Amino acid sequence: MKSSRLRRLVAAPYLVWIVGFTILPLITIIYYAFTERGTNSFTFKNILAIRDPIHFNALVLSLWVAFLSTLICLLLAYPLSYILSKLKNGRGRFVVFLFVLPMWMNHILRTLALQNLLSNTGVINGILEFLRLPTLNIMNTPTAIIIGMVYTYLPFMILPIYNSIAKIDDGVIDAAYDLGASGFTVFRRLILPLSLPGIISGITMVFVPSISEFVIADMLGGSKTLLIGNVIEQEFTVGSNWNLGSGLSVVLMVFIVASMVIMQRYDGDGEGAALW
Amino acid sequence: MVKKLFSFIQKFYVAIIFLILYSPVIVLMVLSFNDSKSRVIWGGFTLKWYSRMFNSSIIVETFIVTVTLALLSAAIAVVLGTAACVGIEAMRRRNKQIVLGATNIPLLNADIVTGISLMLFFSRFLNAGFPTLLIAHITFELPYVILSIMPRMRQINTNAYNAALDLGATPLYAFFKIILPEIFPGIITGFIMALTMSLDDFTISYFTKGPGVSTLPTMIYSELRKGVKPEMYALSTLMFLAVLILLVIVNLKGSPMLSKPFANAKNGGKKHAQTMRYRR
Repeated sequence: MKSSRLRRLVAAPYLVWIVGFTILPLITIIYYAFTERGTNSFTFKNILAIRDPIHFNALVLSLWVAFLSTLICLLLAYPLSYILSKLKNGRGRFVVFLFVLPMWMNHILRTLALQNLLSNTGVINGILEFLRLPTLNIMNTPTAIIIGMVYTYLPFMILPIYNSIAKIDDGVIDAAYDLGASGFTVFRRLILPLSLPGIISGITMVFVPSISEFVIADMLGGSKTLLIGNVIEQEFTVGSNWNLGSGLSVVLMVFIVASMVIMQRYDGDGEGAALW
Repeated sequence: MVKKLFSFIQKFYVAIIFLILYSPVIVLMVLSFNDSKSRVIWGGFTLKWYSRMFNSSIIVETFIVTVTLALLSAAIAVVLGTAACVGIEAMRRRNKQIVLGATNIPLLNADIVTGISLMLFFSRFLNAGFPTLLIAHITFELPYVILSIMPRMRQINTNAYNAALDLGATPLYAFFKIILPEIFPGIITGFIMALTMSLDDFTISYFTKGPGVSTLPTMIYSELRKGVKPEMYALSTLMFLAVLILLVIVNLKGSPMLSKPFANAKNGGKKHAQTMRYRR
C-alpha cells in the first residue's frame, strides 16, 4: 500500500509540468481572449470580432478548404488502402510505410518543392508546354492550397483506413461470397461498415490540422488568400493585437473541439483507430 | 482479360499516388545537386552546395541549435515521461483518466493555438529564447513519450515487482531491475519519436523561439521571402537520409513501426490522441 503511494508521487514532476505548461497557458490565452487590450477589462469584443467580414470570410474559407481537402484525401486514400490491403501481408505494410516516408522531409521544404512544381514557370508547366498541352495557372489560388493540404495530409488518411481494412477477417468475406453475395454487396455490407472507424479517424486527422494550417496557405495561396490560421498568425506577428488574436484562436479551438465531438459520435467502438 | 485490365488499373493507381507523394522530395534532392541557383533550370551536377553548407557558420550554428534542442528536449521528456508512467499506472482509475486526458491536450489542440498559448504565458515571466523553446518542445513531446511507454507499462506483471519489494529490494532497485527492462523498448521508441517531432516542428518553435534563436525550420521559413539558399536543399537531403537510417535501425529491431512515421508530421499527432482515447 505504501509503495503504491510512493509510486504515485513519482508522477508529481509531470503533473506540475502539465499544469504549468499546458493548462496555465490555455488559461492565459482564454484570459487574453476575454479582456480588452491595454485596460484588461472584461469584454466579448475579441470573440465577436469573428463577425468582421475579413475574419469571417477567412474562417469560412478555412472550413471549406479543410472540407474539400479531407474529401479528396478520403476519395484518394480509400481505393489505395483497399488495393494495398490485398497485397500479401508483409508487402502491404511495407508499401504503406513507403507512402508515409516522404513526411520525413521538412514540411516547409516539401511545400516549397510543391511551389516549384506548381508555379507558372514550374516543372509541371514545363512538361505541359513540351507536350504542347494547355498550362496550369493555379498558384496563389485556393486550389493550390487544397493541393498542398492533400499532399501533406494524405498519409494521415491512408494509414488508419489501411489498418482498419487490413484487420477485416478474410474468413468473413469468404463466407459472404460462399453464401452468394456479389462483390458489390460484400463491399457495401461488410468492408465499408467494418472500415468505418478507420475512415472516421482519418477524417479527424486530416480535417483538424487543415483548419488551422497557415504555412501552406502562406506559401501556395499567396498574400491574398487568407485562412483563419494566417489571420491569427498576423495578429501576433504583424498586427500585434494579442487580445484579438487570442479571441480568434479561442473561436478556432471551439471549431476543432466541435468537429472532434461530431466525429466521435459516428464512431461507436473506435476500433479502427487503434494504430498501436 | 478483364481481370488483367483491372489489376493493371490498380497498379497504375498506386504508382500515380506514389509519384505524387515522392515528386516534391525528388525535386528537393535534385535541386541540392543543381549547379544553377534557379529553382527550375538544371545547370549541371555539383556538390558545391554541400561544401558551402558545411562552411556557412549560420547554417552550422542553427543546425547545432536544432540538434541540441532535439536531443536535450527528448532526453528530458523521456525522463519525465517515464516517471509519469510509473506514477500514473499506480493511480486510481478516475485520476488516471483525468491525467491521461490532460496529456492529450497538446495532441488534440491545433499547433498554432498551443504555440500562441505558450508564447502568451512565457511573455509574462520569461524572455523568449532557447529556454522557452526547450520548454515548449518538451511540452509537445511528452504526450508521444507517454503514449509509447504506457502500453508497455500496462503489460508488466506487478507480482514480480511486489515480490522484489518483499524480498527486501528498495523501490528504486526494483524499478531498475524489473520495470525498466520491460518498458525500455517503449522508452526508445518514445525518444526517437520525440526527436523527430522536435526536428520537424515549425509552428510551435515559430511562436516560442524569440528573436535571437532559430531552428532549421524557422530559418527556412524566414528565408522564403528572399529566396531559400540551395544549401538548405543539401542540408534537408542529408537530414532526410539521416532520419531514414534511424528509421531502418528501429524497424530492424522488431516492433511494427508503421505508426511511428506518422508521429513525425506534427499535426499528425491528433491521431495518436485518437488512438489513446479509443483504447481506454
